[in-house]
Amino acid sequence: MSGNAEKFEFSSETAASAEMHVAKYPAGKQQSAVMPILDLAQRQNSGWLTQEIIEYIADYLGMAPMKVLEVATFYTMYNHKPVGKHHVQVCGTTPCWLRGSDDIMNACKKHLGIEKGETTADGLFTLSEVECAGACVNAPVVAIGDDYFEDLSPESMIELLNKLKNGEAVQAGPQIDRQTSAPIGKATSLTDFVGKET
Amino acid sequence: MLQDKDRIFTNLYGAQSWGLDAAMKRGDWDGTKDILAKGQDWIISEMKESGLRGRGGAGFPTGLKWSFMPKDVSSGPSYLVVNADEGEPGTCKDRDLMRHDPHKLIEGCLLAGFAMNASAAYIYIRGEFYREAEVLNAAIEEARAKGFLGKNACGSGYDFDVFVHRGAGAYICGEETALIESLEGKKGQPRLKPPFPANVGAWGRPTTVNNVESIAVAPTILRRGAAWFAGLGRPNNVGTKVFCISGHVNNPCNVEEEMGIPLKELIETHAGGVRGGWDNLLAVIPGGSSVPVLPKDICDTVLMDFDSLKDVQSGLGTAAVIVMDKSTDIIKAIARLAEFYKHESCGQCTPCREGTGWMWRIMERLVTGEADKSEIDMLLEVSKQIEGHTICALGDAAAWPIQGLMRHFRPTVEARIDAYRSSNAVAAE
Repeated sequence: MSGNAEKFEFSSETAASAEMHVAKYPAGKQQSAVMPILDLAQRQNSGWLTQEIIEYIADYLGMAPMKVLEVATFYTMYNHKPVGKHHVQVCGTTPCWLRGSDDIMNACKKHLGIEKGETTADGLFTLSEVECAGACVNAPVVAIGDDYFEDLSPESMIELLNKLKNGEAVQAGPQIDRQTSAPIGKATSLTDFVGKET
Repeated sequence: MLQDKDRIFTNLYGAQSWGLDAAMKRGDWDGTKDILAKGQDWIISEMKESGLRGRGGAGFPTGLKWSFMPKDVSSGPSYLVVNADEGEPGTCKDRDLMRHDPHKLIEGCLLAGFAMNASAAYIYIRGEFYREAEVLNAAIEEARAKGFLGKNACGSGYDFDVFVHRGAGAYICGEETALIESLEGKKGQPRLKPPFPANVGAWGRPTTVNNVESIAVAPTILRRGAAWFAGLGRPNNVGTKVFCISGHVNNPCNVEEEMGIPLKELIETHAGGVRGGWDNLLAVIPGGSSVPVLPKDICDTVLMDFDSLKDVQSGLGTAAVIVMDKSTDIIKAIARLAEFYKHESCGQCTPCREGTGWMWRIMERLVTGEADKSEIDMLLEVSKQIEGHTICALGDAAAWPIQGLMRHFRPTVEARIDAYRSSNAVAAE
């Protein structure tokens, strides 16, 4: 760390949330809150973790810094280098692959001019391939930030990237005309229920 | 085909609100106090009689599992842990249950937790399901505000609460003891059993880990009765099941159907059929990536339940049906799964840590054909050295897809090697 870098500490919002997470677990078991707190700190720090943050959290939870580092490096959602404003995570596991995830990945690479694991020069986009996102009936699927974008085509993928680049609103979920995970077109079940809002 | 009146998840697709008012109109939280008043033994015996088998993959009888929890809780608390770390490739049912019908899961937590003397439930949801966790947390708040959770839950005199714990991207945490480690704030590496979680689980206390769907169906079973649930499907394979149909079908979807529905009927009725028609089918992985692939001739007649799929050397798993038509490079499809398991091995056991990498590298060469035919048997031998030699089932799960490929598609793999050789021979001339 350079001498004039700002020292990391929890914002008041992060501190309040961290306290709430610790309270969920049995007394004396505050280590259980390390995962949610790493996530909170990462969000506060523009999407990535530093050694300083690891040590800060270790101190906060009364853990050895190595134990926090072990957790922070075991799970794939913690980042250890800066990521772009939009972290584009293309699912490439077999169910998405069968539905054209290679085409989605290639469209992203070509459009953004970067390879997997890289960030665009403007700092807007980081591109990653991830393992099964768990939305397989809406394949191909891409997670961007906290949202899933589903039933993508290379065209709709590029449109999405353009909108994000221009700061326009985007709609999460299926990018085709479809109700979540229901079959496209005529309902095959729940016909007594589907479409009848309460 | 299952009728709508027998469907449990009437808001599977989120056509209505997930919120408490809409959920109560759908029948959730109806007479929960009365069910609790029937007592722990009644709930467990009703669950046993219903024949419900765990919906997370292993198919262990749910009521029996609950009965393993100690009756005497004077030494300290017990816990229910809900496995919502849905990540088995092909599987995306629990996501729908949580984002569209969260109150079924939360009410199920109370009923199951009460039956097993637990003081709280922790729902371990995969980290990527951020929006789903938001819905769950909001639904829990609604239930607390109504007095359904917390002190004197539902006016039963029983204190019970539900908490959400988000993971952070590790498939292995779907293994119950890895999940418990992760819940304790550690790396998600599985524990040796015994001791089993029912004796020593989360924070050293008795713990039962159940899949989301197993818990979410419990309130409806207890309301409608064990006989209703047991009357659907076939003996030992009863009830309804949420299937996920992905891959080369016209209309991929999730759908709740009767256990034991023929695979062909499931695909043709709900998923719009195989792309290009049934005769264009190459193979199906019937229960999520861990179970062996089945060629078309078996798919023609097989039923979708535990015993039928076991009889054809595969498994129901999570009931995630991955369909592949004749355009599929089946070797590459399985190689991609081998890569998945290599990526997700936690590294604790040597056969899995090293073996998943070995298998993936050989599989990648089998995709191009740059291999010797003797390596097929070597690969199978490696898979047998992994299977059954690790603390958890991830090693088995990595071995089975490859074994399934060779069982049914060995000629395809050999033809690829022949093609590579002949094209290389031409190039060498």
